[in-house]
Amino acid sequence: MALDPSNIGREFISDQTYLVGREKVREFARAVGESSPLCHDVAAARAAGYADVVASTTFPIAITLEIVGDFVTDPAVGLDWSRVVHGDQRFAYSRPIVAGDELQVTTVIEDIKAIAGNDMITVRSDLTASNGEQVAQVWTSLVARGEAA
Amino acid sequence: MTTPTLSSVAVGDLLPEVAVTFTRADLVRYAGASGDFNIIHWNERTALAVGLPGVIAHGMLTMGQAINVVTRWCADPTAVVDYQVRFTRPVVVPDNDEGVVVTFGGKVSAINEDGTIKVDISAVFEDKTVLARSSALVRVSA
Repeated sequence: MALDPSNIGREFISDQTYLVGREKVREFARAVGESSPLCHDVAAARAAGYADVVASTTFPIAITLEIVGDFVTDPAVGLDWSRVVHGDQRFAYSRPIVAGDELQVTTVIEDIKAIAGNDMITVRSDLTASNGEQVAQVWTSLVARGEAA
Repeated sequence: MTTPTLSSVAVGDLLPEVAVTFTRADLVRYAGASGDFNIIHWNERTALAVGLPGVIAHGMLTMGQAINVVTRWCADPTAVVDYQVRFTRPVVVPDNDEGVVVTFGGKVSAINEDGTIKVDISAVFEDKTVLARSSALVRVSA
């Protein structure tokens, strides 16, 4: 069943903030092969002017993936997760994410369209610091293969 | 290699390639680190049942490894202010000790008026590209 375009603009504000942990930053950086001392060594990060280790570029997906998954498979939106493949992904930074940041996540459906019988949905998550400062934006486009495909 | 600066970089410059081996252990490690426990990234039976050629790497693992071409070049992960990819082909990771190799490259494609450098990123697995429209915007010192 095609997704309803009237869901464009639907917003979800997570009721819990995400506290960026030093060990999670290190663990994620190891998993993606990011060996920069800024992501592992507190002293190096502080020498570069950061309060703690800095998250590697794609780290925000660890914050947003589950939120986005829950949001788009909610019956109100109705994406069938078993048919989903990851189409596009983008991260835009206003400033680096640093261990100790406590981030509010606001997610909105930016686009829904049908292409060649497949549903495509684009979701944007805004990561905001506790002082209201915008930190990063994360776009995830998911494609649900059509039933007949 | 010296750290690139705005004045030292030219459109067409090639970044050093990075060849990365992906094994099943790397997929398990990424699953744990990212929280993405989708079964197709570790269970052959399920991957085959949904029509895949086998267990495939997380697209986000490929994306995460690809940007290292850029962050090593500029020696600073915080220099990347924008990064986007399109996933076009899966990276199939067999159940053996050798794993498979994905080769990542980068090419300076634009120097923007706002002082950012655009780098186009390539990812090749078994002679085919697995990421399209893949690029990063990087802010380096003048």
